[in-house]
Amino acid sequence: MRIPCPICGARDRREFYYYGAEDYLDRPGEGADPSAWDDYLHNRANPAGVTRDLWYHDAGCAAWLVVERDTVTHEVLGAELVAGRRAKR
Amino acid sequence: MASLIEKTPAAGLTPLSRGDAVLTEVLPGPITAIMPYGGKDRAVASALKALGLGLPGPNRSVTKGAAACVWTGRGQAFLIGAEPPDGLAGIAALTDQSDAWVVLRLAGPAAEAVLARLVPIDLRAATGFRTGAVARTLLGHMPLVIRRTAAAEFELMTFRSMAAHAVHELDVAMTAVAARG
Repeated sequence: MRIPCPICGARDRREFYYYGAEDYLDRPGEGADPSAWDDYLHNRANPAGVTRDLWYHDAGCAAWLVVERDTVTHEVLGAELVAGRRAKR
Repeated sequence: MASLIEKTPAAGLTPLSRGDAVLTEVLPGPITAIMPYGGKDRAVASALKALGLGLPGPNRSVTKGAAACVWTGRGQAFLIGAEPPDGLAGIAALTDQSDAWVVLRLAGPAAEAVLARLVPIDLRAATGFRTGAVARTLLGHMPLVIRRTAAAEFELMTFRSMAAHAVHELDVAMTAVAARG
């Protein structure tokens, strides 16, 4: 499995650390409903197909990435910087 | 007061010569991590001009004499072989890393073949890793900053605490490549 880091280029999976679903980027605001926290912390879709996860380029540029991949075909569809994504908002 | 003896990170471990590859320790002088504050990349680059250097982009380095500025990660570069110039205060975070790294030079026609056994990226000049190119990757299981300093010469930086293991891994790879003739 190779992940196309937007900074370093295509790199082997061993250089990366897996964190979890992209959902972790959308932290509920102050005073949010407990059900929003339940969704944020516990409820995951676990799709058979395209999924978006957070990966850290531990042994590379030290950037956090959102990696889109297919859990059925194992195809890696792309990766973007979490930092860039935040700037767009 | 105890009498302390200063030792280099790879003291007693190098030089090593195996076939067409030679491993030596480099004593690079000061190493300073430069992390420009948001939007200050240009100002930092122009402050580094005082040393004849600049701020390298990802996977690149700039050199001037014995000094180099080497990209080492997102928003970070190492200034090696020179003290940081004036004018960086307030536009970049600086940390002294001088004693944190072991710097090794692997030279010779077999250098690429040796590194191919330990580093999980393509380091051939023919496919783009030419003089001045830098990568942040792994040497076996160790964090690595690697820079091609000449056609058949690489500088490898890993954590000082791992110097003996790094030299051992390189020795094994150099010996194996030499044995193939």
